[in-house]
Amino acid sequence: MTASTDIAPGVVRFVLDGRTVDVPDPDPTRTVLQYLREDLGRTGTKEGCAEGDCGACTVAVAEPDADGRLRVRAINSCIQFLPTLDGKELITVESLRGSDGTLHPVQQAMADCHGSQCGFCTPGFVMSLFALYKQQENPDRTAIDDAIAGNLCRCTGYRPIIEAAVEMYRQEPRGGSWLLQPAAASQQELSADESKRLDAQAAIRRNESLALTNGNRRYFAPRTGAELADLYARYPDAVLLAGGTDVGLWVTKHYAEIETVIYTGSVAGLKVMQATDSHLEIGAAVTYTDAMPLLLHHFPTMSELLRRFASPPIRNAGTLGGNVANGSPIGDSMPALLALDAVLLLRSASESREMRLDEFYLDYQENALRPGEFIEQIKIPRLHADDQLQSYKVSKRFDQDISAVCGAYRLRLGDDNRIDDVRIAYGGLAAIPKRARACERALAGREFAEAIIVEAMAALDDDFEPITDMRASEDYRRRICKNLLLRFYRETSASLDGKPPVRIYDYGRQKQA
Amino acid sequence: MDARSRPDADVRTVAGAAGAPVPHDSSHLHVSGEATYTDDIVEPRGLLHIAVGMSSKAHARIASIDLDAVRRAPGVVAVMTADDIPGDNNCGPIIADDPILAPGVVQYSGQAVFAVAAHTVGQARRAARLARVEYEELPAVLDPIAAVEAGSFVLPSETIERGDAPAALADAPHRLQGRVSLGGQDHFYLEGQVAMALPREDGDLFIYSSTQHPGDVQHRAAAAIGKRSKDVVVECRRMGGAFGGKESQPALIACIAGLMANRTGKPCKLRLDRDDDMKMTGKRHDFVIDYDVGFDNSGRIEGIDFMFASRCGMSADLSGAINDRTMFHCDNAYYLANVRIVSHRCKTHTVSNTAFRGFGGPQGMFGIEYVIDDIARYLGTDALEVRRANFYGIGERDVTHYGQKVEDNILEDICSRVVESAGYHARRDEIAAFNAGNDTLKRGIALTPVKFGISFTATHLNQAGALLHVYTDGTVHINHGGTEMGQGLFTKVAQVVADELQIDFDRIKITASDTSKVPNASATAASSGSDLNGKAAQAAARTVKTRLVRFAAEHFKVPEAEVVFANNTVQIGNETLSFAELVHLAWFGRISLSSTGYYRTPKINYDRSTFSGRPFYYFAYGAAVSEVVIDTLTGEYRLTRVDILHDCGKSLNPAIDMGQIEGGFIQGAGWLTTEELCWDADGNLTTHAPSTYKIPVSSDMPLDFRVQILESGRNREETIFRSKAVGEPPLMLSLSVFLALRDAVASTGPAGWPPAAAGAGDARSGAEGNHRCPR
Repeated sequence: MTASTDIAPGVVRFVLDGRTVDVPDPDPTRTVLQYLREDLGRTGTKEGCAEGDCGACTVAVAEPDADGRLRVRAINSCIQFLPTLDGKELITVESLRGSDGTLHPVQQAMADCHGSQCGFCTPGFVMSLFALYKQQENPDRTAIDDAIAGNLCRCTGYRPIIEAAVEMYRQEPRGGSWLLQPAAASQQELSADESKRLDAQAAIRRNESLALTNGNRRYFAPRTGAELADLYARYPDAVLLAGGTDVGLWVTKHYAEIETVIYTGSVAGLKVMQATDSHLEIGAAVTYTDAMPLLLHHFPTMSELLRRFASPPIRNAGTLGGNVANGSPIGDSMPALLALDAVLLLRSASESREMRLDEFYLDYQENALRPGEFIEQIKIPRLHADDQLQSYKVSKRFDQDISAVCGAYRLRLGDDNRIDDVRIAYGGLAAIPKRARACERALAGREFAEAIIVEAMAALDDDFEPITDMRASEDYRRRICKNLLLRFYRETSASLDGKPPVRIYDYGRQKQA
Repeated sequence: MDARSRPDADVRTVAGAAGAPVPHDSSHLHVSGEATYTDDIVEPRGLLHIAVGMSSKAHARIASIDLDAVRRAPGVVAVMTADDIPGDNNCGPIIADDPILAPGVVQYSGQAVFAVAAHTVGQARRAARLARVEYEELPAVLDPIAAVEAGSFVLPSETIERGDAPAALADAPHRLQGRVSLGGQDHFYLEGQVAMALPREDGDLFIYSSTQHPGDVQHRAAAAIGKRSKDVVVECRRMGGAFGGKESQPALIACIAGLMANRTGKPCKLRLDRDDDMKMTGKRHDFVIDYDVGFDNSGRIEGIDFMFASRCGMSADLSGAINDRTMFHCDNAYYLANVRIVSHRCKTHTVSNTAFRGFGGPQGMFGIEYVIDDIARYLGTDALEVRRANFYGIGERDVTHYGQKVEDNILEDICSRVVESAGYHARRDEIAAFNAGNDTLKRGIALTPVKFGISFTATHLNQAGALLHVYTDGTVHINHGGTEMGQGLFTKVAQVVADELQIDFDRIKITASDTSKVPNASATAASSGSDLNGKAAQAAARTVKTRLVRFAAEHFKVPEAEVVFANNTVQIGNETLSFAELVHLAWFGRISLSSTGYYRTPKINYDRSTFSGRPFYYFAYGAAVSEVVIDTLTGEYRLTRVDILHDCGKSLNPAIDMGQIEGGFIQGAGWLTTEELCWDADGNLTTHAPSTYKIPVSSDMPLDFRVQILESGRNREETIFRSKAVGEPPLMLSLSVFLALRDAVASTGPAGWPPAAAGAGDARSGAEGNHRCPR
């Protein structure tokens, strides 16, 4: 199927319930939720927080995957800008009920299991469970918890919802709709309905870039790196939009009026990732969800951190490049990337250059990017065979929370149990994500022993002057950053002795398959 | 004698009768997104959207307020300050100390100062940010202890005394004293506060409000626009969660919407953004609790002196009754022979705190359970044994400190059962062995009971009305004064009617709460919804049924005793008619097929001036065993197993009651663990969104969660089908989580640690609270 070439650059076009929806030159920062509720009167999708933290607004987006099959991802419609739907299929809670009124298996299971009380969070749960239904078969408790980590329910205590997530696979789907087919169907032959949906998307796939004008406001979705670089040179004050999981809040919470938005999510070159002999190369617009399998493959000890990174809808939208560029002191990927000596590939219309991540952050929300320059790729050196790597996150709640302290540790032991190479970095302790150089110095070349670790723990007081805020007190942060280093020591020495550490996060819980 | 009309109460002959686990009546609408919440109602033509300008100071005089830029902003139609209110500038439910818009002085950061109406939500909210307000700051009282020291109270302090606490304390073999502070809690209903007001002819208003108390909204909004209650109608079909947060708070939102509608002549909607909602509306009271307890070698309390100081915020709101309930429940399950309780209702320059599931009861229970835990640690005995030594007796030691006899005590029974089913003793041993062998991870376990008094302590609120219509096709429309917030009240009341009229549940339509159908209804609160409204609906159904019986007996010339309703039919002597046939016949025979119903709770009788009498119709009971594991390096923890046995009387709907038990427990566990409200030094709330205020998520639900409804449950009082109220009591089962964490922390120190006598305790939420282990 070839893409259609006659789509006007000023019209956002997506598929909803089998129909093509055209929205000419919308306000570029109008959210999908505002559009659904206020413009279409589709009020099934709710606003609970307008910051992507409660999940009441969850909808699903379907796109073809690399194998040409339809792939479903849940997203937070409250912070997703409408133009980012261009070329995709949107699925909302209203889409699921059959034309004869039959409830979707997910919906029926939620009703049968008493999964709703007040019902306000329910459409969001239904959509997260729908995404799970289309992605996995027979998920265990951990997989279910992960799938709904971005959805808050204040009434049920979750037990009936978790039951519904099991029960939904036992419902007998009636009808041939692709929506009704569970994940296993993606291993089978393409159904007529799935084909039809793929065709509908193919028909709205554009060759030219989307370019919207709304009053004095503009939105561009360039398709190549060169085009992006040119646009950014022309509009150096533009806001680069990747997943929108932070930029969305500027609009919904701070009522920012952004004049020019340049969306990176259509730039093919920024969505590439690969493992070379020396590095993992991850394009800046690769979403966390897409990057996760590669990262887990190469850094399996990062599994807890990656699972606890935000929630599925945020990971489905958010990008590694966005997290790095944003440079929040509490972003969860930077400590590990710093510990791994990650390098950024920066690009502008005039040049490309490389920069070590530990040189990138200058001060609170200040980085070394020049006007018109953007992050094109993150290069992460592969681990040495003897490297020990861990990253720990401490937050009030395990899932879908922001770190009070996030620490990352990489260590290479030489002969005689000496520390040949060490990198330690923390988030949550300073205005930027930062290496703990004094602590590293206290360890380099020395014996990997508890007494040395205790000295290095004390050195962390030279590295950081943490503050008290609503996530933790200064005192707690000081103690925790040290104790996490001690945890790293204890876990590492245990695992060197062949004893797998028991982590509080996993205590009594099944390991993820 | 059972109140039921049928001899065999256990035979369910119609679908969805009392006792059936029918799903929530709206479940199919919830899951499909078709359930209509206030913000989902199709918007009327010309609707204006309102945004509120809020105070940025905790306590200040408004020196000047310049709203020109707000008025000139795109889309703005009207702007309103306190000066523009034609009637009462008050939304306080009991005492008129709660301004709708700040009249010259602001008393908390987040207080509404002005309102702006515009054509879109975005226009209104953007415009509201353009105001220029200059403040002259005044001294602010920001915590309860500072308030006590300054003598700053919203209501007079109260004392309950029984026996001679000072003498008993002086004579007791052992004595401990301490202070513990206990945090508040945001309701975090998923649907924020919202109201839409529609002008009607002659200056009247129709208001859609997300409220537990439509009547209060009606009265406050009418007074605000300078009209009378007859001029305002309030409707609420459902709320997206409430938990007490929509008992008094919706009046503010609805008054602003009503005032703006009154001012502009246009329909007006105010829906608060989450952050504004959390800053502007009240929460669960945080407390500082002082205790001085004397006890014998078995841990039995001989005398106790409590001081409760709660943060009421800037106005009285419902704080009087909330703090009364704290005083009533600081015994929890325990007989306190010599007791003195002092309760301070502190005025602080923070948001006015309000009702929240448990209504002060949880904080009172926390106090005594914390004390019991201290006693056990001091004596080196299992806290369970200290609890048992103090339980109310049966036939002796059975009168509460407020003079009510505990007639329905099942504490020992319910605790023994859960001790057994949870394997409490074996697990305690196993945990001790685990802790001895592990440095980093430590486990802890605790059992706590619940005894919770059911009834509004303000006796006059224990009344309810219903309105029932039977249509000629045999279907029924039932309305009552209660509101649906997810708790399944509408479902339960429909079950009552189904059972009473012996017709299937699906023939009954239960409709939106509406002040023009049932007047002067109490708030749906105090767990009383189905007790009160179920009875009122039953009374209405019985009135119509009695008329039908009389008509049928006359028409078919049989004795009334031979007219029997069962299974959608009516047996009349030898004739069998469907319910619909009889109804149609009765209509033809000119019999009224509509009735109101009314109920008031019997037996209760209580003198507020002496805090004595019988404030509660009965008590609801439960017990929980919680087990946790903590990481002593970080204070992180997991709730690993929970066993609950809870008393719902004879459950009206076990599926719905199970949801209340589980949901209440997890909500309480959130309060005592991850949920932490933080203020900065200037009195600004810093946790006002889910990014910073963390309620439990799915993975916080224990992997091993064993919840049972007490099968033998049956209310000894004549409640609706002998059921018991279940909305609030299970929340307090979560005290076991806090004490299990304390148990785990204690295992890191020497015996008797944490040392109670050392003075300050700190019931801090979250990992940080557990991270006080000595290493």
